[in-house]
Amino acid sequence: MLSLIAQIGRTTLQQLAGMGRMFLFLLSAFAWVFRPPPRLRLIVEHIRTIGVDSLSVVLLSGVFTGMVLGLQGYYSLRKFNAESFLGSAVALSLLRELGPVLSAFMVTGRTGSAMAAELGSMKVTEQIDALYSMAINPIQYLVSPRIIAGLISMPLLTAIFDVVGIYGAYLIGVGLLGVSSGSYFAGMQSSVVFHDVWSGMLKSVSFGLIITWVCCYKGFHALPMATGVGQATTESVVLCFVLILVWDYFMTSVML
Amino acid sequence: MIRVVDLHKKFGRQEVLKGINLDVETGKITTIIGGSGGGKTVLLKHLNALLLPDRGSVLVEGVDITKIGESALNNIRQKFGVLFQGAALLDSMTISDNVAFPLREKTKLTETEIQRRVEQRLEQVGLAGAGYKYPAEVSGGMKKRAGLARALVMEPEIVLFDEPTTGLDPLLGKSIHQLIRKIHAAFGFTGVIVSHDIPEVFKISDRVAMLANGVIAEIGKTDEFLTSQNPIVRQFVNAETEGPLAVL
Repeated sequence: MLSLIAQIGRTTLQQLAGMGRMFLFLLSAFAWVFRPPPRLRLIVEHIRTIGVDSLSVVLLSGVFTGMVLGLQGYYSLRKFNAESFLGSAVALSLLRELGPVLSAFMVTGRTGSAMAAELGSMKVTEQIDALYSMAINPIQYLVSPRIIAGLISMPLLTAIFDVVGIYGAYLIGVGLLGVSSGSYFAGMQSSVVFHDVWSGMLKSVSFGLIITWVCCYKGFHALPMATGVGQATTESVVLCFVLILVWDYFMTSVML
Repeated sequence: MIRVVDLHKKFGRQEVLKGINLDVETGKITTIIGGSGGGKTVLLKHLNALLLPDRGSVLVEGVDITKIGESALNNIRQKFGVLFQGAALLDSMTISDNVAFPLREKTKLTETEIQRRVEQRLEQVGLAGAGYKYPAEVSGGMKKRAGLARALVMEPEIVLFDEPTTGLDPLLGKSIHQLIRKIHAAFGFTGVIVSHDIPEVFKISDRVAMLANGVIAEIGKTDEFLTSQNPIVRQFVNAETEGPLAVL
């Protein structure tokens, strides 16, 4: 019994220490943003990696999410003769929840995992040690620009996801199922307020931070063995998914 | 001069270094030999604070680098060049950009001057014309030579070599050793080589230290070392399975 309690205690302490290390890693990454030299070229490069490279998968998932919403929304609303509310139902669910969360999932799968694998591979092949040995701080060179790029790219990708999602639902609701185009957009205009848009954008910024922070941390601390990089990648993706959902709940409950 | 004093390092429960004392003479090549997994690379990584000890100190020109802040440490690190075991070239850059990287990051040289120095270093290591290639596109030997060019491009006072010939065929290994000797003659840096490429590495070493059981078992000028009667040295140099060193 005592050994079980000791084991639980040890595990809890290990988890707390791990969380502490993760927070210190994040603080260090932010601190290095403001120290010279500025890494603007790297930030732009990572915006391209996170933003442009994830664009196709965000577009595709956005349009199909919108199409499903259009289809499900139409048949659910028809039961109450409320098809004209399709536009507002689609826009509110996309802007508030589905846009930020699903685009964050897509970016985690597409770019976050690659980020963890790349940094993990750099760790295992001593490239991070090589940076230290050249008196270049790897957090400033590798992590800070990725985090800033994540903060910038994520809301842009979410906005794109929202727009194509709304048009995806339009395609099904208006184009296929016969909802009037006017009522689709008019319903949207009357029900969506600025709070809905910025709460979604705020979520997406925080998801951008979670993805880049977790993936960089896991990659940076990959174990120097054959399975180390794979393990870091898997852990980063799973942890991102969980943290995105948990953080989404807290943000929603605060911002409602 | 680098001085290592009573250096201890543990990983988990395994004590790898158990009180290392070592002086590296300025302008000479000191080679550290020892069995695989014996802590040679761990010791090397303490010399420019890539690893920090649990106890003990590493003095570089009188400064204990285990106790200084990041800014002061970076100033000391700029005196070093390091050739890593796998070369550790940055995958995302061409060989030229890898060699130019420290110059771009740490100097205010013009791009023309940087290119001139990069080409000069690549030529010295026999890679003239290969600078446009990425690390993934070249052989292990070429990677090592590119790593050597990067380690030397800032004209460092101290160069650390971690197993410079591991994974290379004997001819290529010999050519890397000759290259180190030639470049040492030209630059006169202080060199520390970690290797178990015996006897080839002795040809380029001024001094040899033997690391065994977590301590320096023997150190001396190369000819003195080779005639040492220390049973650990005799067993290792003659590759004997019976003796004070546990083989398996």
